Amino acid sequence: MITKDTRMVRIAALQSIPAGEGRVFLVEGVPVAIFHARSGKVYASQPDCPHRGGPLADGLTGGDTLVCPLHGWKFNLETGKGQNCSIQTYHVETDSSGYILMKWPQITGG
Amino acid sequence: MNAQNKQRLVVIGNGMAGMRAVEEILERGGAEQFQITVFGDEPYGNYNRILLSNVLNGSQDASDIFLNPLPWYARNNITLYAGVRAARINRNEKQITGSDGTTVYYDKLLIATGSSPFVPPIKNLYEEEKRLRHGVYVFRTLDDCTHIAGYAVKCKRAVVIGGGLLGLEAARGLLNYGAHVTVVHNMPYLMNAQLDAQGAAILQNTLERMGIAFRLNANTSKVLGEDAVTGLEFDDGTQLSSEMIVISAGIRPNTSLAAECGLTVERGIVADDTMRSVDDPNIYVVGECAQHRGKVYGLVAPLWEQAQTLADHITGRNLFAVYAGSRIATKLKVMGVELASMGCTEASDSQDEVVVYSEPKRGIYKKLIVRSNQLAGAILLGDSGKAAHLMQIFDRQSELPEDRTQLLFDIGPAASAPPLLEMPDETQICNCSGVSKGTLRKCALSGIRTVKGVMEATRAGMGCGSCRPLVKEIVEWACEGRLEEDPSVHYYVPGVPLAKPELVEAVLAQKLKSVSAVFNALADGKEDPGSKPGLASLLKTIWAGEYEDERDARFINDRVHANIQNDGTFSVVPRIYGGVTSPAQLRRIAEVAEKYEVPMVKITGGQRIDLLGIKKEDLPRVWKDLGMPSGHAYAKSFRTCKTCVGTEFCRYGLGDSTALGIQIEKRFQGLESPAKLKLATAGCPRNCSEAMVKDVGAVAVEGGKWEIYVGGAAGAHVRKGDLLCTADSHEQVLQMMGRFMQYYRENAKYLERTYGFLERVGIEKVRAVVVEDREGIAKRLDEAMQAGIDAYRDPWQEAHQTHTPHQFAEMITAEGTI
Repeated sequence: MITKDTRMVRIAALQSIPAGEGRVFLVEGVPVAIFHARSGKVYASQPDCPHRGGPLADGLTGGDTLVCPLHGWKFNLETGKGQNCSIQTYHVETDSSGYILMKWPQITGG
Repeated sequence: MNAQNKQRLVVIGNGMAGMRAVEEILERGGAEQFQITVFGDEPYGNYNRILLSNVLNGSQDASDIFLNPLPWYARNNITLYAGVRAARINRNEKQITGSDGTTVYYDKLLIATGSSPFVPPIKNLYEEEKRLRHGVYVFRTLDDCTHIAGYAVKCKRAVVIGGGLLGLEAARGLLNYGAHVTVVHNMPYLMNAQLDAQGAAILQNTLERMGIAFRLNANTSKVLGEDAVTGLEFDDGTQLSSEMIVISAGIRPNTSLAAECGLTVERGIVADDTMRSVDDPNIYVVGECAQHRGKVYGLVAPLWEQAQTLADHITGRNLFAVYAGSRIATKLKVMGVELASMGCTEASDSQDEVVVYSEPKRGIYKKLIVRSNQLAGAILLGDSGKAAHLMQIFDRQSELPEDRTQLLFDIGPAASAPPLLEMPDETQICNCSGVSKGTLRKCALSGIRTVKGVMEATRAGMGCGSCRPLVKEIVEWACEGRLEEDPSVHYYVPGVPLAKPELVEAVLAQKLKSVSAVFNALADGKEDPGSKPGLASLLKTIWAGEYEDERDARFINDRVHANIQNDGTFSVVPRIYGGVTSPAQLRRIAEVAEKYEVPMVKITGGQRIDLLGIKKEDLPRVWKDLGMPSGHAYAKSFRTCKTCVGTEFCRYGLGDSTALGIQIEKRFQGLESPAKLKLATAGCPRNCSEAMVKDVGAVAVEGGKWEIYVGGAAGAHVRKGDLLCTADSHEQVLQMMGRFMQYYRENAKYLERTYGFLERVGIEKVRAVVVEDREGIAKRLDEAMQAGIDAYRDPWQEAHQTHTPHQFAEMITAEGTI
């Protein structure tokens, strides 16, 4: 079952994603797109565009906006909201040593 | 603000002008400022009077023409006195008295009383107390419509007095009730405000074929019949029998209320440029009852403009808003016959140039009146396909093309497109995103009033872009003149508020060499993702080798040097100069295709070999194994130079098109530009390599010369290139092509193909700069082009050393739980 408890998963050093770009990471068996904004903030979302499955990590970013590379659908990386539909976003942050951490649900047996 | 603190705004008149003004006021936050009360003569909400003729002829139901039904007023906290006529304005007390004794106080008053039908002096017209006799009607309101329709079914013959637009529409309506209809007009020809004699004769002929009879130059003096109407008598003594008479002889502004309270009234209630009465700063006037700069308007478009200015002013949103008058252009249908008319209908003196096309048999008549190379007036009858275009030219007072036929006829495939009004809502306008006319219309009506806003909301025009002019037209039409211009259409990219010349100037002056530097210096640090690739392209053009490349500003194709496909894989097109290959090259390509199990190998339209379906992580290895430079089939840059066999083997060849094509491609390969550049060389005018429909093409002609064509296209848009010049040698071809491309790189908008650029700038101007060097910049253009060429690096060299971390990674494994 999934409880309300969460734990942090260490993704990678921030420099492993070029500023302004995104990369797909396999986090505990789940692919997640992680973005390194030029402001220094990090964002995370589902990897595929809900429209036609475009690779979101290959999109252009600016501020907290993401543009899918296939047909230009736009999404807010903070809230996941888009013009026509939304994407799942996740909480990510960087720690003091420059590592990206992602909040992950605690799954317990049973 | 509570109700007590709000100002009281009273509107007299519940017609189109009054309510449009209220809508504009609400749109500017007026609900916070004003407690709004409306007096309306008719017991209904607000309806579209223009469509009354459709109600009469049965093509629309009365319920379809309401603009604001009664619940709209409640929703917006507007008190509506429907069916209560404002009887008196007391300016001292600032009080309105209604016909039922209601009194209301105002802080601001808006007079929108519209106009009433003009009834000419005819004997035996009235029953008593100015009430028209049974069988005699005016045609102005929904109630008039009902009465006319109710009576017409009992009549064999009907007469309409008045051969203007509304009269003809009424005649058409009556025809549907099975009556024999005669239109009586006191002028020598029909619709004299919109047509000239020749056009009117053609219209009359068309209408006669539909079954309507006409009597021109006829003044009605008397209605015949004692109890029931039996006919008319004219001032020459002749008579016409009829059981029914509809009077549609023009309108007169309703000004008596205003005149009685002491406001200046001439033809209408006199208003200043803010649409305020010249006598009282608390009283505004709008619509058909208003006189502005000596003019009274009876059409809908000027009312919209007046309402906007008034709303800006009354809400304090823009106290400097000014209504400067309207240029009248109308597009209408007279009994199903299309008509557009604007400006004057006759030449005013011998200096005016008159262009006429007349085809009476098909009911077509077109006339232009040109004054100082600007459009002073136009009539389009029977075919108004060019109406939107002409109205725009007329409104903006644009310079006209030398070839006037372009103004009257669509030359090319666009002619087959049906006019907007007739197009059903389901018609698909954007074939890339599957957006219909109805979707666009609804989106515009929902309040998005910019072309760009509608495109973004519906995704129309966001694909190949070829439908954009049509999308623009539909949005303009749906907004009925309330279109707002998005200022960003003039910017080079939407995220930096500067047009291209100003942007280039700022970039040079402030030495901005990276995309992030531009956002920081010129856009308050606000990054706009959609603007990044355009800025990157421009900076590379300006700074060449000095450009500070930031990879996140590039579209994914330019980060991994391949073209992204619908499944997230990529296509790889190696450079094959001039399309001339060898067995060894082909063997290598075949081996790579087998090794990486490439799902599709295809010959492209540009004579190259495309390996489709390659995984991102395989790209560097594929390039290494190919050992060929990038073909740039993914970038906004010089793409390919297609060639024909030319003199080498072809028995018709006049020039060595393969050698020239290879030279061109080696020189310009990979050169960034605002949009892709597809080139070709043809060894003779048979044009097998399609050089005349390329962005830049060279065609060999007899005598060792090459004709250079620019601005050709054969994609979403088809256009034959314009002849730039004829060159004597390969060197000269390379120089002229390079100079043209540099001029295009520096001056085109981002994503503007050469065909759009040529149509915008004009071949004469391009030729003057590039060939004749009239601006003295040829040398600088040549040098800038050379710098761009010198900055070229084959991007596939990144196979050996990646440029960014995990540049080609599909998926990276996270380090794990802490």
